[in-house]
Amino acid sequence: MIGEFWSINAPALLIAIPMLGAFATPLLGKMGKTPRNLWILLITALTFATSALLAAEVYTTGPVIYTFGAVDPAVALVSDSGGIPVRIIFNVDAMSAFMALMASVVGLVAGIYSLPSGKMKSGRDGYFSLLLLLLVGILGMVCTGDLFNFFVFLEISSLAGAALVAYRIDKGVAVEAGLKYAFLSSLAGLIFLYAVALLYGQYDSLNIAVIAERMQFGFLDKVALALFLTGLAMKAGAVPMHFWMPDTYSMAPSAITAFLVVSSQASLYGVFRIAFTLYGLRLNYVTVGWFIIILGVLSMLVGVSMAILQENVKRLMAYHSISQTGYMLLGVGVGLAVLGDPAMMESFGLTAMEGGLFHLVNNAMYKGLLFLTAGAIFFRAGTHNLNKLGGLGHSMKLTMLFFIIGALAIAGIPPFNGFSSKLMIYESVFAFNPLLAIIAMVVSILTLASFVKVFHAIFMGPKRGEYAGVNEVPVPMLAAMGILALLTVLMGIFPQQFVDLMIRPAAGALVNQGSYIASVMGGL
Amino acid sequence: MFANLPFITAGILIIIGIVTIVTQHNLIKMVMGLAVVEAGVNLMLVATGYREGGAAPIFTNAPSTEMVMPTAQAMALTNIVIGIATTALLLSFILIIFRKYGSADVRDMRRLKG
Amino acid sequence: MALIATLDTGFGAWNPVIWIVTMMVALVIAWLIRSRGESVQPPGTEAGKPYLSGNDIPYPEETHVAASNLYWGFTDAMKRYYGRAVPLHTGILTDYVLWYIGVLALAIIMAGVL
Repeated sequence: MIGEFWSINAPALLIAIPMLGAFATPLLGKMGKTPRNLWILLITALTFATSALLAAEVYTTGPVIYTFGAVDPAVALVSDSGGIPVRIIFNVDAMSAFMALMASVVGLVAGIYSLPSGKMKSGRDGYFSLLLLLLVGILGMVCTGDLFNFFVFLEISSLAGAALVAYRIDKGVAVEAGLKYAFLSSLAGLIFLYAVALLYGQYDSLNIAVIAERMQFGFLDKVALALFLTGLAMKAGAVPMHFWMPDTYSMAPSAITAFLVVSSQASLYGVFRIAFTLYGLRLNYVTVGWFIIILGVLSMLVGVSMAILQENVKRLMAYHSISQTGYMLLGVGVGLAVLGDPAMMESFGLTAMEGGLFHLVNNAMYKGLLFLTAGAIFFRAGTHNLNKLGGLGHSMKLTMLFFIIGALAIAGIPPFNGFSSKLMIYESVFAFNPLLAIIAMVVSILTLASFVKVFHAIFMGPKRGEYAGVNEVPVPMLAAMGILALLTVLMGIFPQQFVDLMIRPAAGALVNQGSYIASVMGGL
Repeated sequence: MFANLPFITAGILIIIGIVTIVTQHNLIKMVMGLAVVEAGVNLMLVATGYREGGAAPIFTNAPSTEMVMPTAQAMALTNIVIGIATTALLLSFILIIFRKYGSADVRDMRRLKG
Repeated sequence: MALIATLDTGFGAWNPVIWIVTMMVALVIAWLIRSRGESVQPPGTEAGKPYLSGNDIPYPEETHVAASNLYWGFTDAMKRYYGRAVPLHTGILTDYVLWYIGVLALAIIMAGVL
């Protein structure tokens, strides 16, 4: 009974469970620390279970439609609506399910990691509420099939994220980071909404499937496309709109930074969804594909070259986030540039997209892991400055192991997961344009170089006097890092299984615009 | 021309807002610019749902069945609520910045750079 | 879902399980060769001590290389690039907005022309 209810209403519960959790957390916080921590664990675990259930359903039976407020949620069109969906619809296809699963895994990890409070004793309830709201925002963004709904969830994730970034006021510097993030996010959100209004005025609908079916690709649609893509690419941290990213990522608490990576990738999902599903083949795909590729190449080069200079470990990792985002933009951009050519799509376009999407989930895992290790180091050593750190390998052996796994994965060293996805990107991009593949490889080498620096500076060398009392971090933090490290290793050793199970259906869902429209509008 | 006036006004409002954001150095004035952009977007939304001679979309005792589109108004209303939350958050950030940095000038707010 | 599956990358293949087995074999061979060596230095000599051109060996506590000293050559060779790239990251919010608006304008021009 409850199982059936759960499985029918999984898309709604995916949003409802963390939202209930977020607003009930202050109440539980009044009862004490232990009930609240158990509540956080319960909510994040339930969210993970729901998204796993939903993903299993999507991968076995195809896209799941959830119409809010309808008698039968699986039916998007009611008989007297004149053939258009009138309600807000969640359209969960393989791509959405994949993103939702990834977000809920990182949400669970961030929840576990945040349980030990460290120096911060007060205000923890608000922190957890905002963490769950951020999860709501991300899950809503990746599941919704409605443009205005997407905007609302985008704003929820931006506001919750900005408040979390500024949470440790830190002499005002964290607030500065939060202010920059909130300001740019709001501006991008408003411009996104303006583009929604442009489309709504022409096509009388907010549903992505309906607009995609009616799309004319006139002048206003082109302007709307430019507004959509630049706003979302800015939120994803593409160069030259990346400036906020190192500021924000370096000042947020580490669990939040790991989660903000996923939030940025939800924006990246927005870029892909708009380009492939909303516009699709009516798009001038070669131009837009090259626009995305150029953003990707710039992100890779500028991100990694700026990272080498950094002396703050989290700032360095934030620049690497920019450079890794470049790989995803490159892979999927190549797929978009050859979208209309079935022969090239078959020969390398689809592989490039699979590589880009595989890199997306890999990045969420190892980048999250690296930010969590940086947080563990800050938790014990109290600084992010690479010049002051040193010799921690003697006392924080497990953290060091997790850092090595994350660093090797991000640098693309076999057998970790970064290597598999980068290999897919290199080989398919080489067939498209050899120069791009060479740039990608050079960036990978520079990534390794800068992580050698970080590893040397933090863990190597003799024990230093000021860190004599440092010992390993509490068990929940180790467990959170352990989950991500395990996933990094597993996805590295069994890449083909992951690609077959999740990535290929996701890439197929992006390319196949017709099935997305048909899942809402019927037919096919 | 006259029918397009609301859309043109919305565009002008958005441009005024963006110009305010990039030319003013006081953080509070920048947030004001953001609020003007938001007003422009709201006007755009409401204008898309307007129809000549339409009544408010309330069916009880409606004078005619010709009504303006309620969806666009619902969207504008939602955006106003979101805008209030955003503005409140931004202003509270600026409050803390002013207390800690002793200035609300955007050029002084650059301890994170490089 | 075979346990051992080869990742098809379009033009090549990547099989981590075979790679790991190969590396294990290589490591075992390396260990076998290493185990045939002398395990202890001859006592009473200085054969096991580090040698630094006849200078005194500093204590390890004094030799930590700080992070900013690494890759000095790389950054120095790339000075012209970094001289331009680093000052762009001003940390001023106005510049961030301007970059965003600039890319936005470029994208709209591209959309209008192409």
